[in-house]
Amino acid sequence: MTDTTSPEQVDSAAQFGSSRVKRGLAEMLKGGVIMDVVNAEQARIAEDAGAVAVMALERVPADIRSQGGVARMSDPDLIDSIRAEVSIPVMAKARIGHFVEAQVLQALEVDYIDESEVLSPADYVNHIDKWNFTIPFVCGATNLGEALRRITEGAAMIRSKGEAGTGDVSEATKHIRTIKGEIARLSSLTKDELYVAAKDLQAPYELVAEIAATGKLPVVLFTAGGVATPADAAMMMQLGADGVFVGSGIFKSGNPQERANAIVKAVAFYDDAKIIADVSRGLGEAMVGINVSDLAAPHRLSERGW
Amino acid sequence: MSVGVLALQGDFREHADVLRSLGSEVTLVRRPEELASVTGLVIPGGESSVMDKLTRMFGLADPLRAAVQGGMPVYGTCAGLIMLADNVLDGISGQQSIGGLDISVRRNAFGSQTASFETDLDVPALGETPVHAVFIRAPVVETIGSRATALATIADGRCVAVEQGNLLGTSFHPEITGEYRFHEYFLQKVQTAGFGA
Repeated sequence: MTDTTSPEQVDSAAQFGSSRVKRGLAEMLKGGVIMDVVNAEQARIAEDAGAVAVMALERVPADIRSQGGVARMSDPDLIDSIRAEVSIPVMAKARIGHFVEAQVLQALEVDYIDESEVLSPADYVNHIDKWNFTIPFVCGATNLGEALRRITEGAAMIRSKGEAGTGDVSEATKHIRTIKGEIARLSSLTKDELYVAAKDLQAPYELVAEIAATGKLPVVLFTAGGVATPADAAMMMQLGADGVFVGSGIFKSGNPQERANAIVKAVAFYDDAKIIADVSRGLGEAMVGINVSDLAAPHRLSERGW
Repeated sequence: MSVGVLALQGDFREHADVLRSLGSEVTLVRRPEELASVTGLVIPGGESSVMDKLTRMFGLADPLRAAVQGGMPVYGTCAGLIMLADNVLDGISGQQSIGGLDISVRRNAFGSQTASFETDLDVPALGETPVHAVFIRAPVVETIGSRATALATIADGRCVAVEQGNLLGTSFHPEITGEYRFHEYFLQKVQTAGFGA
């Protein structure tokens, strides 16, 4: 394992946990695939297949969906066993608003916290105040306003939400298109129109003006939820995602190793249909899907968070 | 002729933006034929184990080695520094590098993300103004062979920037802080080398 030095020994003037440092890690993950894993063995497969990071959790969304009940932060032992197995970044999920789960995950020294709607929310009013942490957070969003509210609370990375655990990519498509479309619309507004836009988005004017000027979020935007095939992943990239989270899609499929590998290649060459065709061959069965339209509204995870 | 940025994974767009704002034409490199068309190459920050895997899967590893051996100027940041190191410590099992820099680099030398930091560094080769450096799960240069030269060290004395002929490597990320001097320094090497001309 790594020969680590305590931060204080490095440099007394060093700054830890700044926005630059938090957002920076997400920037290094761009063009990559972050894979859900539930044990050390899966983490090993993910790292070997070329994942840029793993998401350590007890149950993948497909199982959370089928087993029901309250879904919470994973057991620290499980997270430690995954951290011990791989050297790529390890992320873990805290419930929306559950700042103590987040404190625990920071103490466990994971690399990123996902304040995630896939788990059962712990607070239906407030999200975690993410500025209070040294560790960076990624949060889900279905639209630009939601993304900007999360960034205002200190999120250092956004993932557009899909409908996790379904293998149905349609919600992911809808949300990345919505966010990208709303950003493009902001860029076309005049300065006096941006005040109303900020009010409509329920986000600070300065942030809205910054996005109108730059044409992009100030943090990395991945996409997640329902991605099951190399072509799904490549489509998310062509729609403007900086990278892709794959949850149940890999380890609920017939041949996780091959599929993981194929999705990594498809994300790197997302605009090359010949390569996507090649990597799509002979992958065995994709995860059994659930059509989002067949899900009763209370079972739609992407509607959690606000 | 243009300067290349290895674009398989990582923050390659940030590097491309810096190079363009310094007046270079930029080619994103993912295939051997794209590598063959550039006069120098930046290997960006990202996950070194993924870059290693993808360069080998898509037939870029050997052309990259040949280019480095043939004198192409290459600048690597973070994962890019690891890719350029002759010896990688704490790699994932089977991890390889392109090599070229006569150094041993320890991957992820500071620990998890909570130990990532930013600070000011003296880099005498770039002038008196310190470089503001961002270290993200960063590697350090643990041993430096006789052919390589240290350009900067952090307060505890560990080396975080090196140079060897046409090769340049930093543990940190000038591309995300608006620090252009390393890229200017690299572009001077590109101009002097006249590689592929």
